Amino acid sequence: MDLREYMKNNFLFLDGGMGTLLQEAGLQPGELPERWNVSHADVIVKIQKDYFDAGSNIVLANTFGANSLKFDDDELKLLVDSAFDNAREAARTSIGTQEKYVALDIGPLGRLLKPYGDYEFEDAVEAYAKTVRLGVAAGADLIFIETMNDSYDTKAALLAAKENSDLPVFVSNAYGSDGKLMTGASPAAMVAMLEGMHADAIGANCSLGPDQLIGVMEEYIEYASVPVLIKPNAGLPRSENGKTVFDVYPPEFAASIKGLLEKGVRIAGGCCGTTPEYIKAVKEVSLDITPVPVTDKNKSLVSSYTHVVEFGKSPILIGERINPTGKKRFQQALRENDVDYILNEGLKQADAGVQVLDVNVGLPEINEPEMLERVAKELQAVTDLPLQLDTSDPVAMEAGLRCYNGKAMVNSVNGKEEVMEAVFPLVAKYGGFVVALTLDEGGIPDTAEARVAIARKILAKAAEYGIAKKDIIFDPLAMTISADTTAALATMQAVHDIRFGLGVNTSLGISNVSFGLPQRMLITSTFFALCLEQGLSAAIMNPYSTEMMSVYYTFRALHNLDPNCTDFITYAQGLPKMVPAGSEAASSGAGSNTSGAGAAGTTSGAASAAGREVSQLQNAIIRGLKEQAANITKELLQTVEPLDIVQNDVIPALDIVGKDFEAKKVYLPQLLMAAEASKEAFEEIKAKMASSGNGGPTRCSFVIATVHGDIHDIGKNIVKLILENYGFDVHDLGKDVPEQDIVDKVVELHAPLVGLSALMTTTVPAMENTIKLLREQAPWAKVTVGGAVLTQEYADKIGADSYCKDAMETVRYAEEIEASLKAE
Amino acid sequence: MKELMNSIKEDRLAVTDSITPLHAEYEAPDVNKGEILRYAGIPASVVRARNTSGFDDAYLKTLSEKCAKCGKGCNMSAAFEEAERTGIPNHCTEITDESASEEEKALDKMLDDAIEMASDKLTYRVSYCCVKIEFDEDGYPIFPFEQHSDDLKKNLKGCSAAIIFAATIGSGIDMLIRRFERTSPAKGLIFQGMGAERVEALCDKFNDDVVKAAKEAGLTVHPRYSPGYGDLPIDVQPYVLGLVDAQRRLGITLNGSYLMSPSKSVTAIIGIER
Repeated sequence: MDLREYMKNNFLFLDGGMGTLLQEAGLQPGELPERWNVSHADVIVKIQKDYFDAGSNIVLANTFGANSLKFDDDELKLLVDSAFDNAREAARTSIGTQEKYVALDIGPLGRLLKPYGDYEFEDAVEAYAKTVRLGVAAGADLIFIETMNDSYDTKAALLAAKENSDLPVFVSNAYGSDGKLMTGASPAAMVAMLEGMHADAIGANCSLGPDQLIGVMEEYIEYASVPVLIKPNAGLPRSENGKTVFDVYPPEFAASIKGLLEKGVRIAGGCCGTTPEYIKAVKEVSLDITPVPVTDKNKSLVSSYTHVVEFGKSPILIGERINPTGKKRFQQALRENDVDYILNEGLKQADAGVQVLDVNVGLPEINEPEMLERVAKELQAVTDLPLQLDTSDPVAMEAGLRCYNGKAMVNSVNGKEEVMEAVFPLVAKYGGFVVALTLDEGGIPDTAEARVAIARKILAKAAEYGIAKKDIIFDPLAMTISADTTAALATMQAVHDIRFGLGVNTSLGISNVSFGLPQRMLITSTFFALCLEQGLSAAIMNPYSTEMMSVYYTFRALHNLDPNCTDFITYAQGLPKMVPAGSEAASSGAGSNTSGAGAAGTTSGAASAAGREVSQLQNAIIRGLKEQAANITKELLQTVEPLDIVQNDVIPALDIVGKDFEAKKVYLPQLLMAAEASKEAFEEIKAKMASSGNGGPTRCSFVIATVHGDIHDIGKNIVKLILENYGFDVHDLGKDVPEQDIVDKVVELHAPLVGLSALMTTTVPAMENTIKLLREQAPWAKVTVGGAVLTQEYADKIGADSYCKDAMETVRYAEEIEASLKAE
Repeated sequence: MKELMNSIKEDRLAVTDSITPLHAEYEAPDVNKGEILRYAGIPASVVRARNTSGFDDAYLKTLSEKCAKCGKGCNMSAAFEEAERTGIPNHCTEITDESASEEEKALDKMLDDAIEMASDKLTYRVSYCCVKIEFDEDGYPIFPFEQHSDDLKKNLKGCSAAIIFAATIGSGIDMLIRRFERTSPAKGLIFQGMGAERVEALCDKFNDDVVKAAKEAGLTVHPRYSPGYGDLPIDVQPYVLGLVDAQRRLGITLNGSYLMSPSKSVTAIIGIER
């Protein structure tokens, strides 16, 4: 019987442990179990036959570690083919009369993906795809992805399975005792991502015994709309008589599983330490229970690699600040590939309290698909907030969705056929929670009724792609009341009708409503409150606005969404201080407060500044006081030329700290704190210059990279920061950078200076090769090297021009080279 | 652990049967701020000097009655002596508001914030197994993996068994490092230091358990020894991690250069002598 059909009305029983049984049969530590498919086929067949005899419906072919990282192509094919020969032989000879299926078993590759590891997501997809294709050719009935302890790795495997087969795919993750994956994902986060990508069954295996997994399973059952599976260990291992044994025996194991089946789990088996006896016991206890039906939980979810955000309960704030529209400084950052600026914008909004970040990096002159992918990946390396990918370019949308770790928000589709046909297939493939604007070929209708009609049309079209209304959120469009004073009424009516008539979530870009009016925030925030009362589920908004945040917290308190008013009280108590430096609100007066109180222009107390006459700004920088540095700069900019501030305050302050560092009066953390404070000052200066259309002061360009094969970039990042502080035009190529990429950049910029970093002896040859290539293709460039293993001697040996032991030495060297260039 | 030590003592340890690894999980060990700063690049002696420089004699005298930090009537001079001797500041020698300059306070606050921020993101897990050791004719210990390390040979001399373990504080710390290393390198550095301090503290805790159980069984424990120390190369890592099933149990993976992820992970061998 077709598996998808069979599982609708029946429990499915999986097999139990394989590795532990192979060890008992003599598998040596370090020996790859898949090789036994050929060398000890009889052993494998016997174990698998025992499982079928015990009542397993699904036996996993012995392919857990069968991947191209461990075996060459020929051996891989042989091992996968023989794995299926063995499992089918076991099924054929078994005395069991139940439905029997053989699964292609896929375990993790054993390499952690970027950004925390060094393996590329697409390389992982390709490696898994190879095994999937072999399994499909060998006649697998389903694909069983298991023991995955990282959400991104899980996505790679599931994507490979979906792109290379139509088979049912079961996905099982390994949770720690804290109920999370090793890289932090909660069960609900996995449900959101895996269901979005159409896994047929999901759940947990390995790592713990059935009782320790109860919490994880309950979360699965609460969130999942597909069948839930469990394949736990026989408890925890302990030592007995010099042997390791597992502490849960078949009767208790089966009793625990029974409890879970009664709660709603539909698929059960065992992992490490379990044997056919366990499966037999599980099967027996399940005879007198009927499967709990699998129902649609109807939850509107987005997820990151750690958690879900659920729409439709408490209102959700979506930060709008990662968007170049009308922001010169942001546009400049995009053009200059200054991703750090964008990351900071994300982190500041996270601190201000948003739950989702909108990400729009569209500018006519940049490659949007590339930039969106890069920014999405980099944001996910620094924040665990879910992202809303905001682009009108379907190619960019696919690039973003594909690399996204979780289930993203998709911004946006609308009622235009062409747009829906471009975007819905992407959502169907990668999963997503889609913002749908109620406009179409005829434009934006004036009335609520007409907008609701478009909404209905969009829902119908989405359904054709298998996208349920729980995965749609309508934006009925806020229009400015300065053009038409009925506009806000129409929008509010539409919000109400969509939410309560159609039963679908709604979102608005709130601030449009006040366009063209004075004191816009008064209108915007009141409109926000009114829309929330009409059932608005989310808003794309500016979290730096005190008025907007106040509406949000008061609304939640008044609507019984904030138990004990805890969040409101915390918010209210932090009110005077909560506006972050650098925001628009702060510039309108709040800033002067802080700078007046803290800095006061005194030099006493700062040990490193003792005995020196320093200015307020210098004092703030030397002491590493970021907020003060920013606020003082902002004030100075009203009367002093930007470049004068750099010359008279920032650089001298850095020099004081730099010299103290060289004299070992201050140490690395203090040096960095000062550098960060001066960066804040620079940020203010840059913003001012961007708004006045002036470029910036730059010294010569400096290309910096951690060499190929090395993933250590702490040192390199420190050097980069300090160099930037001194005004050098630093181009950071990142870590693990191929030799030719470095050379190409140096040639492109005709950069006079290159800095290479390596931590390990094993990667110094890559450094040497890079230098060699530079000498051939960019003979003008001076190369300085640094990193833990480097010494002057080593540097000489590999042909570098200089060795710098730390960031300050690098600055001095760069200044020296720059001076000699000017002298020429 | 007790049962394990008894099997070593009574020579009941099977050669390969004990390969299925065991698991230990700990509560967060006490934080040692001085160590974090030391790993972050501030020498212990500087932390110490900084902590004492702000006090004049009269002030110290009042403190010796009642500690400003904990208010418990600590003996401050004893506390300073202790800090001097061990090189590790204790709670009474930490910066007090009265003595610290503004940038010292900023650093101290950053450290406190970082500790607070990391507190619910770290796990303290160990996977370990115990192997019986025999020696070849040249005196090298025979392991399930091959190596010819003279330093390890010396370290394990006279041992009849060894605990092999992998310990990790999880990937939460890597996320914090990643989060800050570009946006606030100073904080990134503090998290680096904290990660090193935390994972070493975890190893110490596990090591203490081994020593305690061994002592009760009348066995001697040798100092723990890690791949990468002396002439024991890090390319034994795949075998060591394989022995304790570190990928499945702790989520530890190796990259192309044999470095572990999560980065704040340690593997080591503890020799046990009968």
